[in-house]
Amino acid sequence: MEFTEEQLQRYSRHIILPEVGGKGQRKISQAKVFLIGAGGLGCPVGYYLAAAGVGTIAMIDNDTVEVSNLQRQIAHNTSRIGVAKVESAKQTFESLNPDVNVVAIKDRISKDNIMDLIKDYDIVVDGSDNFPTRYLINDACVLLKKPLVSGAILRFEGQVTTILPGEGACYRCLFEEPPPPGLVPSCQEAGVLGVLPGVIGALQATEVLKLIIGKGKPLKGELLIYDALGVNFRKVKVPKNPDCAVCGTNPTIKELADYAQDYCSL
Amino acid sequence: MAVKVRIPVPLQRITHGKEEVEGSADTIIGLISDLDNKYPGLGERISEGGKIRRFVNVYLNEQDIRFLKGEETQIKDGDEVSIVPAIAGGQ
Repeated sequence: MEFTEEQLQRYSRHIILPEVGGKGQRKISQAKVFLIGAGGLGCPVGYYLAAAGVGTIAMIDNDTVEVSNLQRQIAHNTSRIGVAKVESAKQTFESLNPDVNVVAIKDRISKDNIMDLIKDYDIVVDGSDNFPTRYLINDACVLLKKPLVSGAILRFEGQVTTILPGEGACYRCLFEEPPPPGLVPSCQEAGVLGVLPGVIGALQATEVLKLIIGKGKPLKGELLIYDALGVNFRKVKVPKNPDCAVCGTNPTIKELADYAQDYCSL
Repeated sequence: MAVKVRIPVPLQRITHGKEEVEGSADTIIGLISDLDNKYPGLGERISEGGKIRRFVNVYLNEQDIRFLKGEETQIKDGDEVSIVPAIAGGQ
């Protein structure tokens, strides 16, 4: 594909980078990325990927915009209250960049739809807000060998890791199982600093773009932890677990099962 | 052996807001017990029956202790221990 004059200008700051160039920008334009969640993380991830010119961005989320979302979910605005989040985000991203095709899916992700939904996409981004969905996404990506860029936030702390099935650890290698329900306070009670998903989402979008252009070192086999209060970025090692239930040597998870609801976190 | 221990935000209520505390022991499980004496309640949030909970990871100088010697992993002066729980927020 050839870039138009306007596209050459729009992406000029990318194209001038030797690591991107016209070739990298073309890869970005042809890439297909699937975002799970159009909330705190999904908004900044989608926003930056749209700005970068990612050809196809699909988003799935079943919620509508509420006023309490607007403290952090930057793709939505006051006039969109009551509108489906995926429709609101689609309008925002397409008005930022008409080159981008945004596929808005107002639905819940589940074991019954996830495989079909993500199978034609290059990279999956996890911006979900609960443990069952995180394990479901991980297992589906491992089974389909899809790269997964996972991000999570709580209060003042965020975590990011890139999962490349077959090459490195998966989310189950990192945390063998979710916390049991009832042990922990609810997500709504916990709160989150509004800018925190911006930091973590920008890191996820960076990882996605690096994977697309094939440059740099992906954040695989490591967990990046950001502590906003202490201003710390730390990385810890995430080895592949040979006993992992989904990607270990004798996996017990060979197809998707039901994942119980109502987990939260420590 | 005195070591620094990084406390994740969700557990900082128990450590009176401190993000880093000092503990002293020869092994990881000994350290958890020492910390629980200083900050009652911390132990049961991280471990159960002498085992680290499966949704909490403990790192010794960036290495996951599950891939060292688990709860019996030895610690020495100057080591840095991090406690990292799974978190799931995204919205």
